[in-house]
Amino acid sequence: MATMVTSTKTVTKKTAGSGGKIPGPNGNGSRRDGMFDRNSRVTRYRLGMWVALASILMMFTALSSAYVVRSASANDWVPLAMPRVLLLSTTLILVSSATLEAARRKLRAGFASGYGGWLLLTVALGFGFLVSQLLAWRQFVRQGIFLASNPHSSFFYLLTATHGLHLLVGLLALTVLLVRSRYAEKPAKAGRRLAATEAISIYWHFMDALWIYLFLLLFLWR
Amino acid sequence: MGRALAVIIWIVTLLTVILFASKKWWFPPAISAHAPALDRQFMITIIVVGVAFTAAQIGLGWMVWKYRETGTNDRALYTHGSNRLEMVWTVITAIIFIALAVMGQSVWASLRLHDAPPGAYAVEVVAQQFQWAFHYPGKDGVFGKTDPKLIDDSALNYIGIDDTDPNAKDDSVTTALAIPVNRPVELRLRSKDVIHSFWVPPLRFKQDLVPGMEIKVHFTATKVGKYELACAELCGQLHFKMKSYMLVLPDDELRALTSLPQEQFQARMGELLAKYQLPADN
Amino acid sequence: MSDETHDAMHRHERPKGFIRKYIFSLDHKVIGIQYIMLALAAVIVGMLMSLLMRLNLSWPGTNWPILGTLFPGGAPGGVMNPEFYLSLVTMHGTIMVFFVLTTAPQGGFGNYFLPIQIGAEDMAFPFLNMMSFWVTFVGFVVILSAIFLSGAPSTVGPIGGWTGYAPLSALGQIAGPGQGMGMNLWVISIAIFCVGSLLGALNFITTLLNMRTKGMSLMRMPLTCWAWFTTAVLALLSFPVLLGAGILLLLDRIAGTSFFIPGGLYVNGLLSGIDNRFPLHTGGSPILWQHLFWFFGHPEVYIAILPGMGATSHILATFARKPVFGYRAMVFAIFAIGLLGFFVWGHHMFISGMSPYSAVAFSILTLSIGVPSAVKTFNWLGTLWGGRIRFTTAMLFALGFVSLFVAGGISGLLLGQSSLDLPLHDTYIVLGHFHLVMGVASIFGMFAATYFWFPKMLGRFMNEGLGKFHFWITFVGVYCIFIPMHVMGLVGMPRRYAQFTEYEFLKSLHPLVIFVSIAAIITIAVQFVFYFNLFWSIFKGKKAGDNPWEATTLEWSTSSPPPHDNFAGVVPTVYRGPYEFAVPGAPKDFMMQTDAGAEVPSGNGHNGHKH
Repeated sequence: MATMVTSTKTVTKKTAGSGGKIPGPNGNGSRRDGMFDRNSRVTRYRLGMWVALASILMMFTALSSAYVVRSASANDWVPLAMPRVLLLSTTLILVSSATLEAARRKLRAGFASGYGGWLLLTVALGFGFLVSQLLAWRQFVRQGIFLASNPHSSFFYLLTATHGLHLLVGLLALTVLLVRSRYAEKPAKAGRRLAATEAISIYWHFMDALWIYLFLLLFLWR
Repeated sequence: MGRALAVIIWIVTLLTVILFASKKWWFPPAISAHAPALDRQFMITIIVVGVAFTAAQIGLGWMVWKYRETGTNDRALYTHGSNRLEMVWTVITAIIFIALAVMGQSVWASLRLHDAPPGAYAVEVVAQQFQWAFHYPGKDGVFGKTDPKLIDDSALNYIGIDDTDPNAKDDSVTTALAIPVNRPVELRLRSKDVIHSFWVPPLRFKQDLVPGMEIKVHFTATKVGKYELACAELCGQLHFKMKSYMLVLPDDELRALTSLPQEQFQARMGELLAKYQLPADN
Repeated sequence: MSDETHDAMHRHERPKGFIRKYIFSLDHKVIGIQYIMLALAAVIVGMLMSLLMRLNLSWPGTNWPILGTLFPGGAPGGVMNPEFYLSLVTMHGTIMVFFVLTTAPQGGFGNYFLPIQIGAEDMAFPFLNMMSFWVTFVGFVVILSAIFLSGAPSTVGPIGGWTGYAPLSALGQIAGPGQGMGMNLWVISIAIFCVGSLLGALNFITTLLNMRTKGMSLMRMPLTCWAWFTTAVLALLSFPVLLGAGILLLLDRIAGTSFFIPGGLYVNGLLSGIDNRFPLHTGGSPILWQHLFWFFGHPEVYIAILPGMGATSHILATFARKPVFGYRAMVFAIFAIGLLGFFVWGHHMFISGMSPYSAVAFSILTLSIGVPSAVKTFNWLGTLWGGRIRFTTAMLFALGFVSLFVAGGISGLLLGQSSLDLPLHDTYIVLGHFHLVMGVASIFGMFAATYFWFPKMLGRFMNEGLGKFHFWITFVGVYCIFIPMHVMGLVGMPRRYAQFTEYEFLKSLHPLVIFVSIAAIITIAVQFVFYFNLFWSIFKGKKAGDNPWEATTLEWSTSSPPPHDNFAGVVPTVYRGPYEFAVPGAPKDFMMQTDAGAEVPSGNGHNGHKH
């Protein structure tokens, strides 16, 4: 049977010294493609993350447009009052972006311990954010406001849950980074830590900005 | 092989053109005031479509016939294209397509961008799984109030007529639609449960009935007769059986009908449905 | 050595063990084949469903004993009932659109060949790539489970069409058979599919932007790569909207929300809010579902066709022995189709009750999307003009694509006009239109790709004789099936009718209905010749070398099948454009992208110059 995988050679790379900006396995092509810093892992991870964020943005755009349409489609729209604890949420996530930035810069500059410390702070703040979200939920539940109570509450629970789930994924990624930060990076995997941190930072800042947007949509625009 | 392909493509094209041009299966004769303009727009478009289709298929066939490899050793023409040609055919196509689109808006505008003229004959249409209900305002011309909470299919109050409303006293609700000939008609479309769609082919007219909305549309029927009414939006397992009729009646006959009280309305409607025949060319 | 190089070495060690090599493989080539096999399985299910549909429409009320045995609920006494038919309609559409047209062209051939055609060793994120296939596979299992777990013994799935309009799809069981568990599984399956698709799109975009080899500038990429790229962008931006809509629908169904369900409903004898058989809903908008669905749904149909367009351009040039006519224009046309595809969704909703003013805008935009499509057609003809055409099976299917794309697309001029949509909406002319473009042209693109790339993937040819037989019957067959549907639509035949026995105005169509069914039976039967050819040739096909078609792009510069890292350690360097055929003065009538070549005098073209 013809198999799809037939290589018997080990891979030997010839780096093409073409004078391009970034060295990489396949070298560089046209000068015009400098924008995409071909073949560097950091670039690849960053690019992939931006692409992924475009899709996440589209989903929240769809839910936002549903929000706007639904608010106008009938006269049963009764906006909820903003729970104060959400101000805490906002503060926590804003600070966590700052601490993550600090962590990232430490790593770039080569200070592994600083990196670990700021990362720990970020994880704690992120965790705190999720707890504050649950507190807001609990407040509404105590008032008898549930998912299906009215359209605004439906969107509140839906948008915060969706955001929260995405944030949780980011938090798990940060936790993995945190755990791994205790060990020196193996030479074979050199560069992964930085690339992953760069990518997850972009994700986290996006979640931060997304929270601000959702907060404003739910309680300012109404 | 190239010649065979060319021939097959041309035969298929020819048969397709014949199928359309023969008009053996075609729109039914139209019975609405907007139909001549709509049919004209259709003809213009279908001619453009037919010409484009035929030209492309003939061109494709010609290319594969003429440019098949013939065993000589010479090479194909080495060209990457022609920017000028791209410009030309892009602009021409754009002009034709956009002109078609813009031309086609006038029929749409006349029907949908204007309300029904004042004094139009109004009927409320309420659809449900799997039947139609038509609510006539009766002699006073005022629709009695309806309330979803009063709907009771088992008591035959399909649309929730509020009997306490004096305007409802002369209203009638039946299962078929009766409208005047040569007079603007306004339909107020509602649905009780899911999306349905009002579709009478000779009328060249279709509109969805959406629960939670009252959609007003208007048209003018121009030929007396009985026409089949079908549902045109999937509404459940008996979607194919959600059938009724539209009666287009001369003014006096319609007036006589609509001044009848509910008890006699449906019976008279039955008589009219038996009296008029479906168009012969079905 | 740099960390990149070192890591790359480890990345492309050969996997060991059957599971790592063939099941949970990170190799884009294996993943591509897995997608293709998924599509091959799904299309059989979809085709059999359509066969049953045709039998019911043509000979309603007939006792089909096998049916009665297999589906006693849906076909008691062997006679199909309407809800069984409608569940077939729904499942056929869902399976074909998602698990066939959105898998094989992009996830299948795209995954296999994009990295090779740009000179990369694999996709940017091989792990995510593997996840994208397995997530899609799970989605497929879920939709198949709807056949058996639909909640109503008389159905083999939900009833809603592949479009699942609310509130019918949102109300749950009170709205009739096919609205229960099957509908939940349908939504869940599609949501899972969205995630798988997004993972794939992410990979395609990142790979194409970041991992092209030396000399492979954007304007030297084969048109297949441009098509896969644009398709990935469309998927990236449209599937999340479907996911959002699906979540809202699921919440309406199981959590009592009212995103799409308005107030005051009376369904099957129950008033909204009467008790927990029909909880209270207020204020939802059914049209909102349509907006969200079609915002996804329209780009989706371009997702289904663009890879086929790319493959057609590629294959036409190869077998006409000529460069693609107007490469730049083709790239712009692909972009234009992709971009405009986001602004026309309202043409599915002209009579939905949405604002008639927006209908005007959507109508004009819709007809303008015909312009880049026409440009592509002209350029395909231009590619053939002056060529030396070799009629391999792949070429026949690519030529068939052009013919069928014109036939199917041209009726868009009718349907895209809001006023003409008044009589034509939801009739069989819509079915004729979209089946010709999606169900036929797109499939022809896949057939062309299969016959073309089979030798590269397997190192053997498919049988040309059987292939040509497959082509001729299928080509004529699909015209016979779908052209008559256009005139059926003119008469007024509505979509999604389980039977046509109730209306006088439909009686005249009966001979056409039978004709279509007979053509369908024959055409479906002939597809099994293709399956036989495919599987037989894997083992017994005539052996093929590295470049049996004398083609120019990077996949033909490596062995058949390619080694694990695609290029056996050699970094390909690209010196010229992707379709340098018939270059005057060159030793052969084609120059591969990797041919450094002696300088040849420049003729009309741009030898090796970047465009």
